[in-house]
Amino acid sequence: MISPVIEAVDVVKFLGEGAGRVQALKGVSLDLAPGELTLLMGPSGSGKTTLLSVLSSMLTPTSGIVRIAGQSTAGARPGALAKLRRDHVGFVFQSYHLFPTLNALDNVRLALDVRGERSDRAIAKAKAVLETVGLAHKETAFPNELSGGEQQRVAIARAIVGNPSAILADEPTGALDSENGHAVMTILAGIAKDPSRGVLVVTHDPRSLPFADRIIHIEDGRILSEERRDTAPRRWSTQNAVIQFAKVAEPVHSGWRRSASSPSPVIARSVATKQSPA
Amino acid sequence: MSLTLKLASRNLFQDRLRFVATIVGIVFSIVLVNIQMGLFLSFERMVTTMIDHAPADLWIVPFGTKCFEDPSLLDQHDQTSILAVPGVAEAVPVVIGFTPWTVPGGGTTPVFIVGSQENAEGLHPWNLAEGSVAALSAPHTVAVDRTYFARLGVTAIGDATDIREQPAKVAAVTNGIRSFTTTPYVFTSLDQAHAYTGTPPNRVSYFLVRVSPGTDVAGVRQRLLATLSKVEVLTTAEFSSRSRSFWLFGTGAGAALFAGALLGAIVGTVIVAQTLYSSTKDHLNEFATLRAIGSSNLYIHKVIVWQALLSAVIGFGLAAALSLVIVMFTAETALPILMTPSLTSALFMLTVVMCVISALAAIVQVMRIEPARVFKA
Repeated sequence: MISPVIEAVDVVKFLGEGAGRVQALKGVSLDLAPGELTLLMGPSGSGKTTLLSVLSSMLTPTSGIVRIAGQSTAGARPGALAKLRRDHVGFVFQSYHLFPTLNALDNVRLALDVRGERSDRAIAKAKAVLETVGLAHKETAFPNELSGGEQQRVAIARAIVGNPSAILADEPTGALDSENGHAVMTILAGIAKDPSRGVLVVTHDPRSLPFADRIIHIEDGRILSEERRDTAPRRWSTQNAVIQFAKVAEPVHSGWRRSASSPSPVIARSVATKQSPA
Repeated sequence: MSLTLKLASRNLFQDRLRFVATIVGIVFSIVLVNIQMGLFLSFERMVTTMIDHAPADLWIVPFGTKCFEDPSLLDQHDQTSILAVPGVAEAVPVVIGFTPWTVPGGGTTPVFIVGSQENAEGLHPWNLAEGSVAALSAPHTVAVDRTYFARLGVTAIGDATDIREQPAKVAAVTNGIRSFTTTPYVFTSLDQAHAYTGTPPNRVSYFLVRVSPGTDVAGVRQRLLATLSKVEVLTTAEFSSRSRSFWLFGTGAGAALFAGALLGAIVGTVIVAQTLYSSTKDHLNEFATLRAIGSSNLYIHKVIVWQALLSAVIGFGLAAALSLVIVMFTAETALPILMTPSLTSALFMLTVVMCVISALAAIVQVMRIEPARVFKA
């Protein structure tokens, strides 16, 4: 059996205090398997971001267990959690979070620098990764000289340069146009082909669906459904994506309604296991 | 260049106006501290300049004397008793005192007379620019410092005036013998000093004692104390230290200078802290990203401390250059500001410490950042 790169078991998370205290996660369990691109979908306020924060060890669960690369985050000090993140997790954010005063190469190098890798080899590694995302010619460009898509590709390069086992992407196409969104999802799907890496993408964007190996739908702090796809078509098509999303979304809501009276809120479904490229 | 340094320098220089404000703050602060401490050092040296230049192993001073300028007097007849003490080679009387100098152009100004027995190795003027010590053996002759020419209304050797309504003629000119009270020193013979200060003929201010070669100074001191009454016998170092303590701390002058220096350091720290804090606030998302991607606290601290150190080095460099100009401008005035290598090193350390302390507020702020904010921003 392949060990998950990140594993959450019955995770509960309360946010806020006093009257404003809310239960953002209500017993979430999921595995992020290597060699897969998993989409985490759900409406605003469903708990996606909280789950991503907990899975990445940026937030500590109120109860439940999170394991990153087999290591439990329970009781770990902030320094140990930071080490877990820098050694095993790469991040891609909706608003890129590149350092505006550093050029593309230095932005990528930063992920190695925080790990103590500062040799010429680190620079070579950063250059190679930039080449992988198609930005070898932009290594001296600063973020304000790059398009949104290029900035996100630099962010992806920064996420993968340290060779982490998990890539967590928060709405990576949220700020991009169709063409750039396609390019970014293609790169992430390519990364997920590596059998040692798992990619989790939080998105509302139905156009990302064709790239998924697995789709998890979360709502109101619970996982409502989990769909595994045998062969992802890896094709970005607005029309196809919307049709797919409709297919997934409708039964999911039915499932959620059913789950209100069901002891198990998690409903695994399998739809459209094979989708031909448009 | 390390990435932490690069990030720090880019953060620092990104907002040029803020950077200039930081540097102006540091420069203002360090120049202020430098002036205060430079004045302190200058005062410290000037306060004891007479004692340090006197060729004495021991000073016999009236009991309770606080400083060189103290007006208490000794009995001149004690000289015989002093010379009778085994081990004493020489005992030279010195008369000092404040007195009015008639400015040739009109009016009077106070001067400080230093009179020493002309045929002995006493407290004579040094750094002579014109004339000689021997010239002071002529009646009514004095030596003055060039720094005070304007104040005294004289311009060269031969100029004449009155001191305490008695004639006085400039017979020698010194260079750089300045008084911390800004009252000019006027050197003359012992007899003339008696007359100019109104000191009774049988009284003197001090005896400078030189012991015979190879004699134990402490032993001579004990014997002098046993022989004389109502006097203190001090080594040059002790008298120097006592004078310094009195003027710099007994009068509060030193405390005022230190207070000014402290104020400068506080102002500098607050300005740097404020700008570092605001710079950090502007880069919160970047620091949150660093925390999110797993950088250690030390790594983030390095970025902030580098910013502080860069500010310190640049600010100190400019402050030192400006201070040097001020030192050069005041070098020939009655109130010179000193800048010694040890003061410069101490100021550099102060600048670094000031800037690093200033970084603490920014570091505390960064440590409070929730890394998960990167998912929301």
